[in-house]
Amino acid sequence: MDLIADHISHRFGTLDVLDDVSFTVAAGEVVAIVGPSGCGKSTLLSILGGLLQPCAGQASLRGAPPSESLNPLTFVFQDFALLPWSTVAENVEFPLLHSRLSAQERRAAVDDALRRTHLSDFRAAYPKQLSGGMRQRAGIARALAVRPALLLMDEPLSALDSQTRELLLEDFVRLLAEGSMGAIYVTHNLEEAVRLADRIVVLSRRPGRVRDVVSVPVPRGERGALAAREHLLPLQNELWHLIRAEAIDAEREVQHA
Amino acid sequence: MLDRADVTESPAGDATEVARPVRFRGAGFTPATSRHAGWLALAAALAVWQAAGSLAPVNPLFLPTPVAIARALYQLAISGVLWQHVSVSLLRISAGWALGTASGIVVGFAIGLSRIARSIGISFVSALFPIPKIAVLPLLILWLGIGEAPKVATIALGVFFSTTISVYSGVDAVPRNLIRMAQSFDVPFATIVRRVIWPGALPSILAGFRITASVALMLVVSAEMIGAETGIGTFVLQAGNLMQTDQLMAGIVILSAFGLAVGKLISLLEARLLHWR
Repeated sequence: MDLIADHISHRFGTLDVLDDVSFTVAAGEVVAIVGPSGCGKSTLLSILGGLLQPCAGQASLRGAPPSESLNPLTFVFQDFALLPWSTVAENVEFPLLHSRLSAQERRAAVDDALRRTHLSDFRAAYPKQLSGGMRQRAGIARALAVRPALLLMDEPLSALDSQTRELLLEDFVRLLAEGSMGAIYVTHNLEEAVRLADRIVVLSRRPGRVRDVVSVPVPRGERGALAAREHLLPLQNELWHLIRAEAIDAEREVQHA
Repeated sequence: MLDRADVTESPAGDATEVARPVRFRGAGFTPATSRHAGWLALAAALAVWQAAGSLAPVNPLFLPTPVAIARALYQLAISGVLWQHVSVSLLRISAGWALGTASGIVVGFAIGLSRIARSIGISFVSALFPIPKIAVLPLLILWLGIGEAPKVATIALGVFFSTTISVYSGVDAVPRNLIRMAQSFDVPFATIVRRVIWPGALPSILAGFRITASVALMLVVSAEMIGAETGIGTFVLQAGNLMQTDQLMAGIVILSAFGLAVGKLISLLEARLLHWR
């Protein structure tokens, strides 16, 4: 199942946020979206995931999703969006409650998702009892439980400290390598984009337009090796040069707003 | 190999001047409550009150002593008069509160969830909420007769508006990201209401219960003072008319005990339902 951004434009009131954004995410592909602050990255993700209707253009799907997928387009949120009154296991089970799964199948799906995110020992904990990293793991477990075809990740690590971020990034690399699941990964962190993505869509500052689409030359599975850094670091620098001037302008714009 | 710094450096270093501790400036602004202080203060106040009544020439008609009030309460209890009044008032409060709360929750959710209900409902609630509901009692008597119905309706009205406001404020305060999360999993509307909005609005709804419990108590006493033959409000008014101040104070003690009991009950409910906070 491919996801297509088809000439998407959007505005909030008089503010143009996105302008004619088009690209395709092939099945199983990991695409990062980077760009300066306020360039409409998160808005674009909401549109692609069907949570926001664009003013022009559309998000469309090509091909059938995998038959076992209960929610082909599944979000992982920046603020985790866990139900604070539910335990970790209940949060993971929440999207399965209205599915076609039996109680036994639901339990198996929850157990599997918790095991894959190393949360099995925390199933009875409430979100307030968990660290930020564990909360996001619970958010990821909930996403995995519905067997998504494409994860829509909206800056999933930006609310976490740098050490936790590094640990979760390793988890993402592992989880995305496990199956045929693809992902759109919105981030302002270029290192994360370069570590995770097959391709990187660079947006301009507001209104966001596609400035460039860059392929990462090293296969995802080999990026942990020291030798891969030789290729990844220059790419990261190249991306930074692409957006640096606009990031400065965007920062000034935000401060004057 | 990492180049490590010397971690055994003397805290005083090599300075020749004598080190002085940094002055602590972070005291205050964190009032702690002592478990027994409040009760001790209350007991002390009662003791002073009793002493003033027993030792000083204070007319017991104007200020009966705590012992006299306790005696009056005891006599009312064993004679059965107390239960008669209290049970009637409790019945009115329960009926009025239940009616007002149930309808307030339904209307509050409608205002919180539906655009049409919101557009219409908020103007009505804003216009009618500030009216002292006791002022409507004569009209309600005219409409509903002189029985229990107008008293229950007055309490229900008072409870309804406060409940409606606390419910729709609670629905409004449910974090939008949780609703978006549920929508992103295609969770049906009814499940979102039951599993996301209801628990999310519950803190505000329970806080509203505290207010409506005291509204109900205030209105039952007022309604009974205006037109009733039994009830704690009637009892207090009659005691005042007959200058039986010990009985009057006994009635006030019962009202206070009722308020405390309801407050405690709601605290227990909060501890049970909102343990996740």
